Amino acid sequence: MIADSLAGKRIAVTGSTGFLGTALVEKLLRSVPDCELVLLVRPTRRYSVERRVNREILKNDAFNLLRAQWGPDFEQRCEKRIQVVSGDVSQDGLGLSDADNETFTSCDVIIHSAATVSFDNPLDTSIEINLLGPNRIIEALHAANRTPHLVSVSTCYVAGNRRGDAREEFLAGTPFQVDVSWRGEVEAARRTRSDLDARSREPNRLSGFRKEAREELGAAGLPMLAAKTEQRREIWVNDQMVEAGRSRATSLGWPDVYTYSKALGETALIELHGNVPVTVVRPSIIESAWSDPAPGWIRGFRMAEPLIVSFAKGELDTFPGFPEGILDVIPVDMVASAIIAAAANGPQPEPEVFQIASGSTNPLLFKVLLDTAMEWFGENPVYNADGHPTAGTEWKYAGSQGLEEQLKRVVKAFDVAGKVINRLPIRGEKSFTSKFAERRRNLAQIQGYVEIYGAYGKCEALYGIDKTLDLWNSLSDQDRAEFGFDPRVIDWHHYITEVHLPTVMIQARVKTTPEKKVGPSRKDRLTEAVLNEKREFAAFDLENTLIASNVVASYAWMATRHLDRQQRLRFTLKTLAQSPGLWRRDKRDRTDFLRFFYQRYKGAPVAQLEDAAAEMLSNLILTKSFPAGLRRVRAHRAAGHKTILITGALDIAVEPLRPLFDHIVAAEIAQKDGLLTGEMAKVPPTGEVRAQLMLEWAAREGLDPSQGVAYADSASDLPMLEAVGYPVAVNPETRLVAIAEKRGWLTENWPKTPGAPNSILPMGPKAQRVTNQRGNN
Amino acid sequence: MTSRRGLVLEVDRTTPPIVFHHGEGFRFEKLPPGSRVIYPNEPIAPISNVDEAIREALINPLGDSEPLTALLTPGMKLTIAFDDISLPLPPMRSPDIRGRIIEQVLDLAAAAGVDDIHLIAALALHRRMTESELRHAVGDRVYDAFAPQGQLYNFDAEDPEGLTHLGETEHGEEVVISTRAVESDLIIYVNINLVSMDGGHKSVATGLSGYAALRHHHNVQTMRQSKSFMDPEKSELHTKNWRQGRLIAAAGVKIFQIETTLNNDTFPAPFEFLQKREWEMTARDRAMLLGSKKALDRMPRKAARSIFQSIRSPYGLTSIQAGEVEAVHEVTTRNVYKQHLVRVEGQTDILSMGLPYIGPYNVNSVMNPVLVACLGLGYFFNLYKGKPLVREGGVVIMSHPTPWEFHPVHHPSYIDFFEEVLADTTDPEEIERKYEKRYAEDDWYRHLYRTSYAYHGVHPFYMWYWCAHALDHLSQVIIIGGDLRATKRMGFRSATTMRDALEMASDVVGPSPTLTHIHNPPILMADVV
Repeated sequence: MIADSLAGKRIAVTGSTGFLGTALVEKLLRSVPDCELVLLVRPTRRYSVERRVNREILKNDAFNLLRAQWGPDFEQRCEKRIQVVSGDVSQDGLGLSDADNETFTSCDVIIHSAATVSFDNPLDTSIEINLLGPNRIIEALHAANRTPHLVSVSTCYVAGNRRGDAREEFLAGTPFQVDVSWRGEVEAARRTRSDLDARSREPNRLSGFRKEAREELGAAGLPMLAAKTEQRREIWVNDQMVEAGRSRATSLGWPDVYTYSKALGETALIELHGNVPVTVVRPSIIESAWSDPAPGWIRGFRMAEPLIVSFAKGELDTFPGFPEGILDVIPVDMVASAIIAAAANGPQPEPEVFQIASGSTNPLLFKVLLDTAMEWFGENPVYNADGHPTAGTEWKYAGSQGLEEQLKRVVKAFDVAGKVINRLPIRGEKSFTSKFAERRRNLAQIQGYVEIYGAYGKCEALYGIDKTLDLWNSLSDQDRAEFGFDPRVIDWHHYITEVHLPTVMIQARVKTTPEKKVGPSRKDRLTEAVLNEKREFAAFDLENTLIASNVVASYAWMATRHLDRQQRLRFTLKTLAQSPGLWRRDKRDRTDFLRFFYQRYKGAPVAQLEDAAAEMLSNLILTKSFPAGLRRVRAHRAAGHKTILITGALDIAVEPLRPLFDHIVAAEIAQKDGLLTGEMAKVPPTGEVRAQLMLEWAAREGLDPSQGVAYADSASDLPMLEAVGYPVAVNPETRLVAIAEKRGWLTENWPKTPGAPNSILPMGPKAQRVTNQRGNN
Repeated sequence: MTSRRGLVLEVDRTTPPIVFHHGEGFRFEKLPPGSRVIYPNEPIAPISNVDEAIREALINPLGDSEPLTALLTPGMKLTIAFDDISLPLPPMRSPDIRGRIIEQVLDLAAAAGVDDIHLIAALALHRRMTESELRHAVGDRVYDAFAPQGQLYNFDAEDPEGLTHLGETEHGEEVVISTRAVESDLIIYVNINLVSMDGGHKSVATGLSGYAALRHHHNVQTMRQSKSFMDPEKSELHTKNWRQGRLIAAAGVKIFQIETTLNNDTFPAPFEFLQKREWEMTARDRAMLLGSKKALDRMPRKAARSIFQSIRSPYGLTSIQAGEVEAVHEVTTRNVYKQHLVRVEGQTDILSMGLPYIGPYNVNSVMNPVLVACLGLGYFFNLYKGKPLVREGGVVIMSHPTPWEFHPVHHPSYIDFFEEVLADTTDPEEIERKYEKRYAEDDWYRHLYRTSYAYHGVHPFYMWYWCAHALDHLSQVIIIGGDLRATKRMGFRSATTMRDALEMASDVVGPSPTLTHIHNPPILMADVV
């Protein structure tokens, strides 16, 4: 009897916050009533280990059954049977304190299920956790001079990219594993990291990162660009490490860095285990539960689901694989039960391997999976936001290679297009750019899944489970009822339609009913939040946030007022002809652009410009204004918030907007003898200077930036947006669309009024002799 | 020139399709047999010697008034106020009658040694007139002589120093008018009385006043009690203006009122077919009509708009009278009626109307949806004497594209009114209660009204109140060809064709309703007996 043989034992579990780990903890608590558990949990920056256990394990719906059974005693009984130690398998000595080390190593059984299961980890990450993790446990046990039964969870796929039978045996020394030294691999991985880090710091690379940062953020100011550049460098090193992992794994015949590191981990474990008895359990692809703790129970998004959901949403119509290919899936409860049975079976003189997989005894063909899924989606369609069912088309199969290539090409095309779009003056939340960004993200995701999945599609190995079945046959009827792990009982049709897909759809949060969402939308809530009376101030950018105009247009308008028609046209066209150059300069550095451009005002009479400003309000500014934006400014004032306008436009030109704002920060050109000198009187408010000026003003007024709202359209306004608690992206340019979406900022799309007069060229009407028609009554 | 009276045509099978105004375009609608079409009177023969008529009026005043020459004295303070861009519609072909009158007044003033003269466009809460609009109204000579010195300007109803509180009427209505006017020894007000609600005490009491005084009659209750506001005898709006006007007179403010009436010669070539009766059109008229319809339908709206907005009407002057306000206005009203009144027997279930491209508040601008509603349900609906043309519980079908378009400079508060207020409710009383004060006292709208060319913040409310009587009276409003969203926002229904509209109306008025169409403009006023 399993429960009896484990009764009174202390069982340590690593990786208990994972999918399999959670299932193990639950099963042990429920079905092995007299055991105690020691959970080795890694502390995170936010949560202590106790908090993690409570939040991430015990609060999981896997424990619903146990909560119901134990009722009010649940917490107390858990506390009594579970001991938590704070540790980390990727650190030497497991990162355990002396006391915790004693608690951990003194256990009777250690189930090591901690792993990083990501297929595209950086090389050294996988090595540290998957390869060295089991080693470190062995070392800790040797150091403590303890010999508990170590049950280590591996994966069937350590067998690598081979065809045919893969039996339950260790690979080291067989023709199926290239004879490489795992120690050499560890060293090489660490060296690769430091080499890449050094390379990333070479001057040409650094300037490349800086260029990328600028491309992403535009003229966002020095501190932001610097931070972004460093982030770019780190990403580059990481990407290179991922690539290093992938290529190293494939070069040795494994589909990815996960299986590679797992396989070498097994090899190292066998080499080092000494007198510690070891059992290795290799599951295939772990999927939602067959029956325990509830049919369909799953944690997180697994392997095939993203692809299936993409298909149901109509995003993908080609499947990476062949119709007759086998998808080796095994329900999580069977894996947990097999591990517990192996543990109960007790230590054996020689290390043992148990494989738990379905492919060899009860294969699930791709064709069956997809046809069944199709059938199910026919009856349970996924709905789009408008409440229309999205049509899943017929699946096409493609060798994953072909599909990968195809996707790669599309993604690349998207990237090239993205770069072009980033440089075009297209904006807006619902605009093409936003859809583009979304589509690009989806594609990248799908591409990722296909890549990973394709590798498994290519594995045509059949994983033998003879030893596992021997173990199964040795069980009593009672144990078999309690600890089912015979994959031959799975009815795949039932599993897919009744167990798996229904939960997957809930997990994926896709719409499975046609009803439109009721209640306030996310946008309504965000709008409510920015206008809430607790907010203290609202800062506004001007150009493309409140009006569809810019400093060049204002200048042309002002300058042409005193020219005759012919001259006016010539002047305006000349200014426009220069705009590509001006625009490039603007993109590079806004401050520099403004300094350069405002020189043109040299010698302009201040009084004349002030006169013209009032007329420009009607003729240029209001005509090109976004009424919803002006309404928002006033809504803030009505809510009792202070308002501030921060713009690189000329102070004289924006003076007519004064009644909307408590304070205006604008560019000032120095004056001498009633004429403008063309030199900036102060640093023009751009990039990080804007944020600074806004914060200085807020401090003077005693306003709290965390209760501030800021509206802007461009990534160069990021410092200002990030300086407040409530940033709002208005008619955002492509770069800002992506950032705003990622961070969940309110995005507004404010159009000009339909019906507004269109003037193609920014020309002022001829100055009139009497500019103010209103006399003194 | 003899002018034929208007008539009520009964539609039969042989009646050609009727031309409906439809914003910057037209529609041809075949009306069901038995429907009635009301045609305006043809233009009354104009006065041939306008300058002589002006002179006559100035020296032979009506009522208790001395001739103008006797009222002008050296060293006096004189203010000449004149109607703004909202009159007449469409604007008048140059020279504008205001300018011709003002020239003569100025000549007399100069002869009398008056040099403290201000000319004020009496625009109340309307938008300021631009230089070219002012030049059009008063003529270049007057403009150049006075504007540069700051003696010709737009009235500013939000100038804190520019308004004087004269008191309250016995009904508690505040009376506030231009300080310059109060301080003047004489106000000469030059009117164009296009319709019967224009002029009289309303000229000064409203034209030179502001929100504090206007709110006493520009409100829902007053509009609901004015049946119609075009009929002075039954207009609460008229009554309240008269009370305010009498208080102004009692306060010692001296007004010399000049009122003019125009005939309805509205459409110049090539649009003269628009004032013909369909069965009298020549082959050439028909060709022009078809051709222009086709062209306009294909043109971008902005292009069509600029063509229509450039129309200047060839109106002829039919009368001019001057002197004491009430005496003058009595004669004027009679003269207006002479041109406009058409006798109609009995009410109808459905009233149809083709709304043109222009109303009082979108000269050189955009007819936004609120102005469409106001033109149809405020102005056209109220152009009746006696009983409304359409029975209580009836339906109005009006034709206008009603695009969701606004002029951002002229109508900023309309945009917000449409987006914020009408999105919340279309009930005039609720709107008045919940929103009016905020819009009326909004600093930004005030700033735009004073320094830009914006209608006052409260103006869209008045336009909606103008519809209050119709909204009370009718059970349904249908706009043929109206933008779906914009129409719905106002609580109306939109139909693609007349046939659809009649189908929709049948829910309310049954399957075989009576239908009357007013063939307006040129303007007509129904005398319903």
